[in-house]
Order: sequence, then C-alpha cells, then structure tokens
Amino acid sequence: MIDKTVATCAEAVAQVFDGASIMIGGFGDPGVPGRLIEALREHGATNLLVIHNGAGSGDYCLGGLMLDGRVRKLMASFPNPPGAWAFRDRYLKGEVELELVPQGTLIERIRAAGAGLGGFFTPTAAGTELAKGKESRVIDGREYVFEAPLHADFAFIKAYRGDRLGNLCYRKAMRNFNPIMATAGNVVIAEVEQIVAVDELPLEEIHTPGIFVDHLVQVDRHPGLFDPPKKGSAK
Amino acid sequence: MTLTREGIAYRVACDLPEGSYVNLGIGIPTLVPGFLPADKEIFIHSENGVLGVGPMSAPGTEDPDLVNASKQYVTLVPGGSVFDHALSFAMIRGGHITHSVIGAIEVAANGDLANWRVPGEKVPGVGGAMDLAFGVRNLYVAMNHVTNKGEPKILNKCTCPLTAPRCVRRIYTDLALIEVTPDGLVLREVAPGLDASAVQAKTEAPLRVAGDCREMIVPAEVNGIKLSA
Repeated sequence: MIDKTVATCAEAVAQVFDGASIMIGGFGDPGVPGRLIEALREHGATNLLVIHNGAGSGDYCLGGLMLDGRVRKLMASFPNPPGAWAFRDRYLKGEVELELVPQGTLIERIRAAGAGLGGFFTPTAAGTELAKGKESRVIDGREYVFEAPLHADFAFIKAYRGDRLGNLCYRKAMRNFNPIMATAGNVVIAEVEQIVAVDELPLEEIHTPGIFVDHLVQVDRHPGLFDPPKKGSAK
Repeated sequence: MTLTREGIAYRVACDLPEGSYVNLGIGIPTLVPGFLPADKEIFIHSENGVLGVGPMSAPGTEDPDLVNASKQYVTLVPGGSVFDHALSFAMIRGGHITHSVIGAIEVAANGDLANWRVPGEKVPGVGGAMDLAFGVRNLYVAMNHVTNKGEPKILNKCTCPLTAPRCVRRIYTDLALIEVTPDGLVLREVAPGLDASAVQAKTEAPLRVAGDCREMIVPAEVNGIKLSA
C-alpha cells in the first residue's frame, strides 16, 4: 500500500542536506508551507538556495530562515516588500546572493522543468537589464529571450486537503506557485491542513495528482501567515 | 484645478469597456475598482491567480487564503475564479488580459516605461511588472504628472532602467490624458481649468495638441470622495 503521509514536519524535512536547492510555494501568506519552513529551521541544513516569489516577512518562516543566515542565494521576483527586513539586512551585508527573475518567467521556468522541457523563449525582459547576457531570438518580428528550466532538490508546498496517495486540493488563492512547484522538485513535500481518506477528495478537486508528491504531513496553518488588519489600525 | 489620486482613478475607470479583463498595479490603480460603473461587467485580475477580484474584505471577514497582488485581503465576485501562477501569467503574456493599469516612475515619448527600479533603491524587485508591460496590449499608466520635487516624469528618454520599451498606450495624470502614438505624444484632455501650455510646461517631451482636445469630464466629487482640488 502506498502511504506518503508522515507524522511530523521534522520527519518530512529530514532528508534536506546542506547546499540543497529548495522551492517554496506561496504568494504573500496564502500557500506558504510555514510549518515545513519552521521545521527546516530546527533541522539545521544551511547554505541553501531558495526559490520563492518573495523573501519572507518578519522573523518567522522564510523570514526566520533568512534571519538565521541559512540561505546562500535567493531566486525571487519581489524580494523587497517592507516586511522582508531579514533578507534585506543580509543582502546589504553581502551575505546572501539575489537572482531577480520576472514573476511570469520564474513560474514558467519551474513549469518547464516539471514538464521536461529544455526552456522557452519569452518576450518578457527583452531589451532590458534583466535580459543582459541571455540568448535572444526574433520570432515573427518580435524579440524573445531564452530562459532555462529551473529544477530543485526539494519543493516545499502547501495544500488544503490531501490523501495518503499524495493527491492534493488547494483552497482559493493558496494555489499560486504550489501545483507547479510540485512538478519540479526531486523530492516534493506537502504541508496540508487535512489528510482525508482516499476517494474523499472529489475527482474534479484534485489539482495536484499524487504522482508528483513524495511526502505529506497534516498540520495547522502557521499563525504568522494570517494577519488581517486590526480594527481601527491602518496596516 | 488638478485631479486627486481618486480623480485619476475615476478618469481611467471611465475608459474601461464592458467585458474587459483588467490587471491593476499598486498605487493609484488600486483605487480604480471604486469607480467602475455598475452597469458594466468588468473583471479584475490579480497575478497571484485570481480573476474577478471584488471589494476589500470587511474587517473580521478576511479569508486567510484570498489576497490580491498587493497582499490585501479581498473578496471574489460571482463568476470569479482561482488558478495557478502559470495560468495567471499565460493570461498576461498570452494577451488575454485586455487592460493593465500601472504606475510609473518615468514614461518616454515613444512609450518606453520605467517603473520597476527606483533610483537609489538598494534591493531591487520586479514582480510581474515586466510580464504585464510586455504582454498586455492596452497598457495605461496612472500617475502624478510630476515627481514630489516637481520634476517631469514624462520625458524624451527614460533615465531609469526600462520595464519594457514602447509599451505604454495612454498616460492618465492629475493634469492630463495623453495618448502615445507612433508620431509621439498627443494631448487628448486637460484637467478642468487647465490649458495645453500649462500641461506642456510640466512635460519634458513635446506634446501635440489633438484637434479635439478638451477638458476632462470629471465631477468635483463622487459619494463624498473629492476627485479634483
């Protein structure tokens, strides 16, 4: 019998090694596998390459991993929101490298890797400083830039519900990078809010088929990842 | 008179047609939904995978799994949908999003846009700005006409790193509505009480005054919100 469930986040991230590349799903707070990232902080692996849209926020989850100095390089599209001070401090001291990737190019590079493609040509960034040094080609009169596929040793993703086979269902805007990253990590680890019996997920609601997933763990949302404005305060 | 930030958003909203699919950038563009006419069906797209973004969530009703690209808690309109990032950027790059309303640091006479890298900014970020600028046909800039220091933002040539070359179609500011054409910038509308020379005085790039150039039709206020000052 296939059973991809593990009991704890610590067990789920145990294989991560020093120097590993890790994709981390989520955009803003929705879809961030915060409990897995906290388990990785406990685990101790260092010198990591992290692929994520942002750079984390505050001193918890990815912000905490930055604060702990465990990331050697970040590949991101938007690493400079106000809350990303932990990354900012390290970056300004030269302690972490940044590769800036336009958001649509970032997701498509991940998609290409997961789909077994050798890259693609995109118009995005052609003629700008983010295309410097990249191969370009004119197709139907328009300039396109070559972008390579982006794999990772691990993908940490977050879903709403899953079953022991690794089938996953996402809720609302939690989906974002997660189902695509699930195709592009050598080892894919999912944090889910609920593990349900096989057959309980309606067929049409399986967004990530279990074939892509290696391990899943049931855990509640990290409390730092829901932060509505307090009444009467301007956020 | 000049338009307020809300006034600029109002003027943009007037030009969005029934059935359009619109991506809104941060800043003034986020004010546009408040002025969309109720008799038109227009879908707001957010690049994190939401089509049909509705009003901001009322305090206490926020859904932890539903935010817009500015990470604000929002609602979904009936008929809205959610999807992954690859599909979301296929909508953008593939030309399916019909309009993008975006802020700018600088716009050049040929439609070059600079809006991703502020001079002196130590940590760069680009987000989805380049994908929008390269992918969306009707790219409308909504911004103040000059910088906080009063310097022109509509230039002969951008000085900041480009987001995309020759992508801007229209520029909506507190002073004017300017169209970008293959022959340069055309002044279409001026804010109430201004004339073309007053707009040109605050614009580095030369403006050609359209034969039918007129004063903007923007009420002084809507629902108690001041649109001009």
